[in-house]
Amino acid sequence: MLIKTRKASDIPSSEITPESVYLNRRHFMAALAGGAVASGMSGNALALVGNPAAEDAGRPKWWRNAVEQRVDGMPNAKDSLTPYSDATRYNNFYEFGTGKTDPSEYAGKFKTDPWQVTIDGEVGKPGTFTLEDILKPHPLEERIYRFRCVEAWSMVVPWVGFSLADLIKRFEPTSKAKYVAFETLYDPEQMPGQSSRFSGIKWPYVEGLRLDEAMNPLTMMVVGLYGRTLPNQNGAPLRLMVPWKYGFKSIKSIVKITLTEKQPPTTWNLLAPGEYGFYSNVNPLVDHPRWSQSRERRLPNSLFDPNWHDTQMFNGYEEEVASLYKGMDLKKFY
Amino acid sequence: MKRLSKLLWVMWPLGCVPFVVLLWQGLSGALGPDPAKTFVAQLGWWAFIGLLLTLSARPLALWLKQPWLVALRRTFGLLSFAYASLHLIAWAWLLLGWDVRYIGDELSKRPYIIVGVSAWLCLLPLAVTSTRNSRRKLGKKWVRLHKLIFPAVLLVLVHDFWIQKSGYTEQVVFALVLFVLLGWRLMEYYKRRKNAQLAAFSAR
Repeated sequence: MLIKTRKASDIPSSEITPESVYLNRRHFMAALAGGAVASGMSGNALALVGNPAAEDAGRPKWWRNAVEQRVDGMPNAKDSLTPYSDATRYNNFYEFGTGKTDPSEYAGKFKTDPWQVTIDGEVGKPGTFTLEDILKPHPLEERIYRFRCVEAWSMVVPWVGFSLADLIKRFEPTSKAKYVAFETLYDPEQMPGQSSRFSGIKWPYVEGLRLDEAMNPLTMMVVGLYGRTLPNQNGAPLRLMVPWKYGFKSIKSIVKITLTEKQPPTTWNLLAPGEYGFYSNVNPLVDHPRWSQSRERRLPNSLFDPNWHDTQMFNGYEEEVASLYKGMDLKKFY
Repeated sequence: MKRLSKLLWVMWPLGCVPFVVLLWQGLSGALGPDPAKTFVAQLGWWAFIGLLLTLSARPLALWLKQPWLVALRRTFGLLSFAYASLHLIAWAWLLLGWDVRYIGDELSKRPYIIVGVSAWLCLLPLAVTSTRNSRRKLGKKWVRLHKLIFPAVLLVLVHDFWIQKSGYTEQVVFALVLFVLLGWRLMEYYKRRKNAQLAAFSAR
């Protein structure tokens, strides 16, 4: 399903991004087939298929097929893409360590199959389902979203997945459902960061959205990236992607989705309530107490040029989501 | 041992190695997709290590009974100041492009940056008066002035803790090392005071 029709102001991305940089499906598949290795070009947007995550080949067939059969969603980010090698080697996934390269180094053996997801709370049809059953009715789309980390860096990534709204509708939310709570797997044996003594984080990682935020067509459940199954370090097998919120809202390796009447607790808010709100919408006018949010470093950058971009309201998705917050004081509900 | 102390000059080229390696990594892409940020952070890390080494020189010399090691204090101290200055310059240049607006904003609004700059300001007079000449000229004042290393290193610790989002393992280790180094000095101080009191008492 296309998430929206193209607006007149939306110039197709192929016309804006230089042709040499823009990646259409055919180029991409050709690159995959050719096994193009471009790891030495990591300053260059062409270096898309540098050393793909090894686990892709071992993924179950139904997963690989689903990703393979994706259609183009709305590629509304007109920016050039962040190379695959950077999107998969510069990650915040504290379950595997707090260093940016820890996830790609330590998530290799993480087991994503079999995988089960529990859906409960205020739904008509609760239960625990295999990932295959979760995915089955949803055709997958590729959508290019800007990704803005709360640490003031950003990427542009082609995600593969489907609208969370379609999933929620399947399980028939009751009239009491006002929020959606998410939970990451808790498994310290596989996730060494969860047994770190000085992390300060209370595991498992939890996140939440207001129901209308969750039902917004932009809000996405992701199972793939760059035309491949989602690498472990990026939150395999199933993660959230809310492009107008800071990255930490987009919870990874989800095992539980609960519809609730009350606003659910969220991990970073529990850790530092003055710094990370429940909403955490990208907002250049509301600084993090310790640093400015008015700009972002678009990755990759270079030693002598941090590639600053002005941060956009709602990460540039104002048209799609601003109505959700009408009348709200965003300085108060940060 | 005298001969060994002549070898101390190797600490200077050795001390430049981290900077050269970092610069090479930053230019070659080995620092990852956000190299300026990592470069700045790493320089700060080395400055902190330098301060801890500076504070270790004297206890180490006493422990190993190698008095010449005390001379390392100056070398490490100056190297640490060099890294702290590079850290500050790299921050203002690579990350903020010497833009007065942004630098002013950061200096006035960001507490951990204010703390970091304060630490550097504590170290500045120590570096300036590090020559033998100054030491001779300042006499007792020199010793008192150089106690500024203690507020400096504590400010650096706060700065380092304050930057983190979570995951304080490294900071806790640094804090423990610092606790031992400062605790040892405190014990030494009380021992000396007690001895002085005893001496004064028996002299009466």
